[in-house]
Amino acid sequence: MYRYILNRLLLSIPTLIGAAALVFILMRLIPGDICVVRLGSGGSINPTAVANCHAQLGLDRSLVLQFFDFIAGFARGDFGTSMWSGKPVSQEIATRIPVSLEIALLATLVAVLIAIPLGTISALHQNSWLDHIVRTVAIAGIATPSFWLGIMSILVVLEVSHLAFGAPWMPPIDYVSLWDDPLRNLSIVILPAITIGYRYSAVTMRMTRSAMLEVLREDYIRTARAKGLFEHIVVNRHALQNALLPVVTLIGIEFAFLIGGLVVTEQVFNLNGIGRLFVLAVQNQDYTLTQALVMLTVAIFVVTNLAVDVLYAWLDPRIRFG
Amino acid sequence: MTVLAQDAPALRRSWLDTAFAFSRRQPLGTFGLVVVVAAAIAGLSAEWIAPYSPTANDFAAMTEPPSAAHWLGTDQFGRDLLSRIIYGARTALIIGFVSAFVGGFAGLVLGVGSAYFGGLIDLVLQRVMDVLMAFPLIIMALAVVAIFGTGVQNVIVAITVPLVPRCARVVRASALSIREVPYIDAARTCGFGHARIILRHMVPNVVAPFLIMLTAFVGQAILAEASLSYLGLGVQEPTPAWGLMLQGGAEEYASTAPWIAIFPGLAIALTVFGFSLFGDALRDAIDPKLRDR
Repeated sequence: MYRYILNRLLLSIPTLIGAAALVFILMRLIPGDICVVRLGSGGSINPTAVANCHAQLGLDRSLVLQFFDFIAGFARGDFGTSMWSGKPVSQEIATRIPVSLEIALLATLVAVLIAIPLGTISALHQNSWLDHIVRTVAIAGIATPSFWLGIMSILVVLEVSHLAFGAPWMPPIDYVSLWDDPLRNLSIVILPAITIGYRYSAVTMRMTRSAMLEVLREDYIRTARAKGLFEHIVVNRHALQNALLPVVTLIGIEFAFLIGGLVVTEQVFNLNGIGRLFVLAVQNQDYTLTQALVMLTVAIFVVTNLAVDVLYAWLDPRIRFG
Repeated sequence: MTVLAQDAPALRRSWLDTAFAFSRRQPLGTFGLVVVVAAAIAGLSAEWIAPYSPTANDFAAMTEPPSAAHWLGTDQFGRDLLSRIIYGARTALIIGFVSAFVGGFAGLVLGVGSAYFGGLIDLVLQRVMDVLMAFPLIIMALAVVAIFGTGVQNVIVAITVPLVPRCARVVRASALSIREVPYIDAARTCGFGHARIILRHMVPNVVAPFLIMLTAFVGQAILAEASLSYLGLGVQEPTPAWGLMLQGGAEEYASTAPWIAIFPGLAIALTVFGFSLFGDALRDAIDPKLRDR
């Protein structure tokens, strides 16, 4: 097993280097000059000041050197300083990651709590009206843009609070840690989490239903029923446990992609998280910050995929590590 | 023999019978198709069916609620929402179809080619696909828009690029099993060229998963366009686009003029919903093995 994990980790190195090269090239292809933007857009800009800025940010060196610096820094865990704010990139990320991570984890919880029971019920009542409703809800979840769902949830909260308390209430936007003020924290993250979680649950629900349908047709389920076991034992202990394998995989893979959902949702709720930082970094042509954020996303993707594969093999003893 | 030859045409059903059978077997899929066709008609004939110009401002009727004059109300600039949604269908479908088809076909060629040639070509292509797949669609699109700028054409490029590896991966999986079947060996033995074997013998056999994916891609592309436009990185004013209609005014006027936020979002959700339902039904019709998924 250790050998398998080591092999997988080694195989992920080309992916990480490829991603690093891609983001490095993409960022340099963006037209414009961060130094010109930083030194102000109004009036004439002193060429000496621009040259000094290039030297200060290391942009006067060859692209190859810049790339190797970036890779070496990444390997050491040193992401450099943000070209826009001048603060260390790790600090920029560290201040914003709690809110994004909390939303992502809560969204996963929301998704699992909705998807697994509904997907199971849908499979158990295949082609019934209940099944049709659940499938329709799932497809609607995939079709609805998360940012629109976010706007609608704000609208509902405004209307309901207006009706209930006589004054509209909006969730606060200044992030407070869960440990400092749990209630305020929850009021900040719950709507974005539900917004992202609904879409996430829709994908998971479809997978749970499909996996359950396959497992429910297996011989060992018939045997379990023939033994006279209670239906809830057949479903929970024999069917669901086996059907959850592909669901776990999907949850893991989708978790890695949650950052994409955060980019738009954080904008709707005006939250200062990683997603919003991404948009700002690209807009400001902040090479170091964008590169670090992309590498972080790709690293999360690679590690999550590996974790899912290991978990998959651990959950299913029939799978051998190849 | 004569009897059999005469009977054969009678067994073949007309397209109307086929359509009727499809609608009976797949009511949700038929609903999806109706939504897609309605959106297509709206987009194609926007000039004739939209009651107002999508860019005409009426400063005397700003943030008007739905009424007989403006069925879905007006936005903060006094523009008719229904007209903008009808014209927005054109923008959404152009971007959706072009991105899905270009991305899909590029993925099809790369996926089948990768499976057919195998070896080093496959290894290198798959690693490239791994890298592209590791980028979430919206982040890849953000970078491409930052390079090429905003506007319809650049948004199409931004959405097409991330769709290529997603298609190539699925098509390659199907093509790998086809590569091993005897008729491919037979084609090689006959001395056919690589292009002929790929295009004439392999591609037709991966069309089923490809078509299913294509319908999903159109929906995904419409969602991606809406997200980019919402972030201000997609289609720019005054082009009517659903995501753009939700930018700015939608949140600002959420409590005083909620129709500005409700209707464009409904248009996006309903259209993508239509594509998803139709795609699911198409999958069931093409591949009965997947019916329960």
